[in-house]
Amino acid sequence: MPQAWPTMRIEPLAEDAWLLRLGTSIDFEVNARVHAMAAALKSRLAEVEYVPAYASLLLRFDPMSWLEDDGRFSEQRLREAINAALDQASTAEAEPREITIPVCYGGEAGEDLLDVASYSQLSPEEVVARHTRVTYRVAMLGFAPGFPYLLGLDPALATPRRSSPRMSVPAGSVAIGGQQTGIYPQELPGGWQLIGRTPLRLFDPAAATPSLLQPGDAVRFQAIDEHAYQRLAST
Amino acid sequence: MSIDVIKPGLLSSLQDAGRRSYASLGVGRAGAMDVPAWRLANALVGNTSGEAALEITLAGPMLRFRQDAVIAVTGGVIEARADDQLLPPWTSCFLPAGTLLRLGGIQHGCRSYLAVRGGFDSAPVLGSRSTDLHACIGPLDGRAIQAGDVLTIGERAAAPWFHSGRHVKALRWGLDPQPWLGYAQEPLALMRGHHYNALDDASQQALFAQHFLISKDSNRTGSRMDGALLRLRQALELVSEATLPGTLQLPPSGQPILLLAEAPVTGGYPRIGQLAAVDLPRVAQLRPGDAVYFRETAMDEALQRLREREQSLQRLLQRIEQRLEST
Repeated sequence: MPQAWPTMRIEPLAEDAWLLRLGTSIDFEVNARVHAMAAALKSRLAEVEYVPAYASLLLRFDPMSWLEDDGRFSEQRLREAINAALDQASTAEAEPREITIPVCYGGEAGEDLLDVASYSQLSPEEVVARHTRVTYRVAMLGFAPGFPYLLGLDPALATPRRSSPRMSVPAGSVAIGGQQTGIYPQELPGGWQLIGRTPLRLFDPAAATPSLLQPGDAVRFQAIDEHAYQRLAST
Repeated sequence: MSIDVIKPGLLSSLQDAGRRSYASLGVGRAGAMDVPAWRLANALVGNTSGEAALEITLAGPMLRFRQDAVIAVTGGVIEARADDQLLPPWTSCFLPAGTLLRLGGIQHGCRSYLAVRGGFDSAPVLGSRSTDLHACIGPLDGRAIQAGDVLTIGERAAAPWFHSGRHVKALRWGLDPQPWLGYAQEPLALMRGHHYNALDDASQQALFAQHFLISKDSNRTGSRMDGALLRLRQALELVSEATLPGTLQLPPSGQPILLLAEAPVTGGYPRIGQLAAVDLPRVAQLRPGDAVYFRETAMDEALQRLREREQSLQRLLQRIEQRLEST
């Protein structure tokens, strides 16, 4: 095990996939180390695909390119390559990219803002103030292309998911589900509480950079009014 | 060059090897469910660049070819009529311009692959011409084909093994689907998953001793397994992490789900098993109601079988290329 990563466990999942696990909980620090580990490995083992999650990093590789002389897959060689890459790397993380996301809160764009306010016993204005005050972290993308799971929600805003999910949540909806907050990149079914909507396009498969957000990015929300929303949406 | 979709069939979508390298953005691989059948279909028409083919589920489409074309249909054995002529399965065939190709019901298996010389053409999305029906990414905005669609075929020199003409033709030789379709109904090889030990004793036994039936709620994302309900010793609170095709996960209902080509990239259910990759194409050919047995395997054996399958597939691909050249 590389010395700098004492909590790392390797779990072989499939012929072409291993999971490197750093923890078992949703934790800001653990997730920051996942992104640092992904960056360290990416720069040294470029032929492997990396999929970060809250507390683990998936590696997908071609087992046929990690063979021993007799043609068998060499678990040992891959283990050594991972350890060597991590031994050279520091666990300290590079400064993340910060992305600001304009959001029109409440009204038609955030149908559940009043419910979240009443559940958390705050005024709607206070909910917005607390939602825009902190810097979040993109723990991982999943559920749908470009859907960010954001860490850092003020615990006072944690609200259970809706008892019956909506068949269709509009693209750009900013929502709270339990202790998490996220953004629906496209029209999708969903059970999170909708508090606002961003005019930004989060995922465009035809763009050179298809996803506005990358795993590990820092994110801030900025409240905008309906006019600003319309202006940004039309550009 | 193009093809008109007259009737779409039950569910037919364009697929290639799948979309690599975007899982960290939440984009899954998709791609052909039965990869060897997809590769062999392309080989039989002389395609060598991983061209997209049409993946057909259970009942096939009716297609009108506007130009001469060379086609092959592999995978599940399906009734194929070019105008009124019955086409042999797993064989290279020539269709003159104007031919109406009717693909009927799949007689054995669940998915067939129609390859066309030159490949089905469309702008690659994130490096692939695979249709992700769930995320709506890929050809035709990520949906299955519909009546009225016009499918474009890539430019390619005429196949030297056919003289063009006004009649439907088929080569006298084709491939034997038998080794690829698992007629023997052998059990599927499953490795223990990370949470296998969290199953209660009865469920650990049931997983490898009882049979399951492929549920009718099965699709390209996953196959639900009807049969014994499996139970954990106690509920697990898991945080979401990456999932894969072949992962056997256990939602709270107790009904296991085997994730397939359109597996979501992350999930939070216990992982009780991982199917040997070499057996994934066999699952692609199972129909709702088919019985499934699992046997336990280990990573070494799974890798060994995968390597042997890859070697025999490579040998067959080479033989097809040589044989087409000399025909």
